[in-house]
Amino acid sequence: MRYLPLTPNDRVSMLQTIGVDGVDDLFRDVPAAAKRGGLVDLPLHKGEMEVERILSALAAKNLAAGQAPFFCGAGSYRHHIPASVDHLIQRSEFLTSYTPYQPEISQGTLQYLFEFQTQVSMLSGMEIANASMYDGSTACAEAVLMAGRATKRNRAVLSGGLHPQYRAVVETTSHFAGGEIDAMPPAFDGVEDIIARIDNGTSCVVVQTPDFFGHLRDLRPIAEAAHAKGALLVAVTTEPLALGAIKSPGEMGADIFAGEGQSLGVGLNFGGPYLGLFAAHTRLQRQMPGRLCGETVDALGRRGYVLTLSAREQHIRREKATSNICTNSGLCCLAFTIHLSLLGESGFKRLAMLNHQAAIKLSGMLEQIPGVSCLNKSFFNEFTLRLPKPAGPVAGALAARGVLGGVPASRLLPGDPNAANLLIAAATETNSDEDMAAFAAALKEALA
Amino acid sequence: MMRQGRPTGPIQAGAESFETFTGNRGLDHEEPLIFEQDAAGRSGVDLPEPAGMADRLGGLARQGNSGLPGLSEPQVVRHFVRLSRKNYAIDSGLYPLGSCTMKHNPRLNEKMARLPGFADLHPLQPIGSVQGALELIGTLAHWLRTLTGMPAVAMSPKAGAHGELCGLMAIRAALDARGEKRNRVLAPESAHGTNPATAAMCGFTVDPIPADKRGRVDLAALKAKLGPDVAAIMVTNPNTCGLFETEIMEMAKAVHNAGGYFYCDGANFNALVGRVRPGDLGIDAMHINLHKTFSTPHGGGGPGAGPVVFSDALAKFAPLPFIVHRGGSFDLIEQEADAGDASPFGRMTAFHGQMGMFVRALSYMLSHGADGLRQVAEDAVLSANYILASLKDELSAPFPGPCMHECLFDDAFLKDTGVTTLDFAKAMIDEGYHPMTIYFPLVAHGAMLIEPTETESKDSLDSFIACLRDLAREAKSGKTGRFTSAPRLAPRGRLDETRAARTPVLRWQHSPSP
Amino acid sequence: MSKSLYTEDHEWIRVDGPIGTVGISNYAQEQLGDIVFVELPEVGAKFERGGEAAVVESVKAASEIYTPAGGEVLEVNTALEGAPVMVNEGAESTGWFFKIRLSNAADLESLMDEAAYNEYVAGLA
Repeated sequence: MRYLPLTPNDRVSMLQTIGVDGVDDLFRDVPAAAKRGGLVDLPLHKGEMEVERILSALAAKNLAAGQAPFFCGAGSYRHHIPASVDHLIQRSEFLTSYTPYQPEISQGTLQYLFEFQTQVSMLSGMEIANASMYDGSTACAEAVLMAGRATKRNRAVLSGGLHPQYRAVVETTSHFAGGEIDAMPPAFDGVEDIIARIDNGTSCVVVQTPDFFGHLRDLRPIAEAAHAKGALLVAVTTEPLALGAIKSPGEMGADIFAGEGQSLGVGLNFGGPYLGLFAAHTRLQRQMPGRLCGETVDALGRRGYVLTLSAREQHIRREKATSNICTNSGLCCLAFTIHLSLLGESGFKRLAMLNHQAAIKLSGMLEQIPGVSCLNKSFFNEFTLRLPKPAGPVAGALAARGVLGGVPASRLLPGDPNAANLLIAAATETNSDEDMAAFAAALKEALA
Repeated sequence: MMRQGRPTGPIQAGAESFETFTGNRGLDHEEPLIFEQDAAGRSGVDLPEPAGMADRLGGLARQGNSGLPGLSEPQVVRHFVRLSRKNYAIDSGLYPLGSCTMKHNPRLNEKMARLPGFADLHPLQPIGSVQGALELIGTLAHWLRTLTGMPAVAMSPKAGAHGELCGLMAIRAALDARGEKRNRVLAPESAHGTNPATAAMCGFTVDPIPADKRGRVDLAALKAKLGPDVAAIMVTNPNTCGLFETEIMEMAKAVHNAGGYFYCDGANFNALVGRVRPGDLGIDAMHINLHKTFSTPHGGGGPGAGPVVFSDALAKFAPLPFIVHRGGSFDLIEQEADAGDASPFGRMTAFHGQMGMFVRALSYMLSHGADGLRQVAEDAVLSANYILASLKDELSAPFPGPCMHECLFDDAFLKDTGVTTLDFAKAMIDEGYHPMTIYFPLVAHGAMLIEPTETESKDSLDSFIACLRDLAREAKSGKTGRFTSAPRLAPRGRLDETRAARTPVLRWQHSPSP
Repeated sequence: MSKSLYTEDHEWIRVDGPIGTVGISNYAQEQLGDIVFVELPEVGAKFERGGEAAVVESVKAASEIYTPAGGEVLEVNTALEGAPVMVNEGAESTGWFFKIRLSNAADLESLMDEAAYNEYVAGLA
């Protein structure tokens, strides 16, 4: 077997050194009733070429985004990733290293984590950021738990513009942790009176912008109202590129930022692995979940980096830890950091504007179709269309025509009659004018 | 003809005191932060000029800069290549971190995960356009169920600790369904920190179970702690000392008789895969770290994946989403209303789990097959026992063998030498090795936990053994210089962690020049 | 002020009339290593004996501080917030954590005096 270096002779000689007759002797602590003599009922080993053939055949059964005019968003966005990103993250020293527990021989990982934390702080307008969570949804759930610890309160208010699966993750996590959730109904037009729900028992208000339907939310009045009652504002973003175009959560008064970083460097990946962004203000640093990388000096006084404030974490604090998280999204942080380093300030802003303008153009084209209207007054690269008939079958009909034309809101809000005809469409720099024309033509046909 | 020879003999200069003008040391370059290489307006991408149309940002347009630095592509590439060279990696050397399973990461897995038919799929595309992806997840689920002998698996948890959370949530849901409020979880003192942290996140209190003299759970003590308020036991098997829990089936029986559930931490499944099915041991839930047993790369700390297998008692509470196969096609159940007889406890994450890791893990499983995976466990256990047998006279092992996939030493052999476990580990760095896991598990004083994995050759194991024997002899001879000032040959010497924690600097700040 | 009394969890208390001063023992700071952070209780907070009143963190360890006697917190040593090193340098003097108005003098009865504590610590090695 190509991954196993020991030869039969090696095994015999090693067993002799150990002083046992056979490898079965090494498993003698396994109860007899649980010992299995033969092989499990699965296929035998295969060569590289055969494995490649099997998996390629499975891959070929899917319609990849790059094969079709593609306009899906709703928490996962397709962007062009520069070639050097994937080249660099496949460097052995990044790909096949462990968590940087021995800092002297992990400065590569530690330095990029420090750079990642700085970039996330800059984008979000927050003072500090951690070294990532699993994804945006778990970052959001952790933010709610953290707000509970910081305020010693128990009830979180969730905006109706929060991604429905994020809401579900927050509800599940809080339910088992003993927290209470006040979730507002879906806010299709981006307007809701969330301020009225804040009281002296509120730990935090969770608001997404751009929200699930694409609307941009002004967080300032919400921040002010929350702070007046001693509650925190958790700002959520599923499209970090928007932060190149709109005011940052920190600028609008957020206390905690929880976001999805997949847009930068990571790719679609059918939903994972993704990258949870998590930022806050320094006064909350000891309540943060996850790893934090900090600057220090070595024995010779040279600048270096270490994992720090570890007494918050499970391996030291155990049942009193701020979270149980251990493995995070290290390599996705690296991809994000490289992509953002390539973009730089000017590239990031320009890319954001290209996305915004693509969405303006697309919404203008689609609104021309009879019976189709756009719900959004404001948006970044995503908006919601009201169709004259249920959007689920329409999305299926578009796919049959070779167009991946957005996400029906009913996929995430089933059973809500107000969501049935809504289609959430995103446009990015990857969409050509031809793609948009093909989408418009196919939608017109599908509605005819 | 070239008649002028060049000196070829060894140079005797004192490498330690040698300082360079640049601070670089040959191939090891000092590398500033990206923020210190900024030039305004520079970029590593070429993008078209946006057309000047009116925005639809609703008056929320960003003003001013965020502070991101501008670098060209060659600068960015050089920066990250230089950083990469400051890392130790399994591709460059033996990485014996106990409990972490740092095995070879096949590159075929990387190639497969990057097929556009997997990597370039949106999670919310119409189900008809992702049948191959759902089939892949379904196939991986079948392999996991078969290898563990368990009837159900939840695929969405994103890492081991997330899987633990999933398992305990299912247990809580099952107890709720029985109308029982049980609030205590029993976990060994030697447990991974994630176990008590996870239990606390589910609102359980954690009660430690002591270990016996053989490094196993003290069954009598466990039984004495069982009662009507015990929701579950959380036990790692093989345990964190690298030992098989010999009385695990009695433990399962005891907790079941007391009305509780058995959560098994599957971090060490690499020792058992293909040889022992956890389902035969009586467990109710176990997470599987695909980034350990099934070779998906650790990536400097993630991403991982932590599917959870369930017994019949817990299967119906598994979270959303899950895949069903009916009428010749695959479907994804994303909502409770569509879950039929199941009672999912909720949702762990947006979308469907770590697809990129699923592809890699299945690629690894198909490569090994039933026969290869059994050999994986055998070689991993053989290698660990070989190290234990080869070192136990020079180092000190708190428990006699056989061990499973990792072997544990304590610091008794360093007593009165002035060398600590930490010093010993740092000296290994100068010898070109990543240290083993140190100071864990807590049950061994100054613990050193060595997991070689099955992907080291005998020559590699022999060199490692020889190195550790030499270090141990030197420590015992009273020469501490090689230890207390180590590492001297790494990109950095020991770092001041106290300073980092007392005055945290967690980001770069622009400091205007005076 | 009385002599120091100790708990098995390595806190000390010195009583002056109705008020006790609480800290961690020199042995405890040695075990923890370099102290990097101390989380102090709020003034006015009330604890039962054995209540979790503070947290002390070093780089690789953390420990809850259980008050040796119940009562109301009157004062905390705010100097520790900026200089946790004071706990290492003067665990049983300048590195005190908080002062508490004792609610029950009987709380002190089961505590160890210095000689008993030293014997207890010697038994831990």
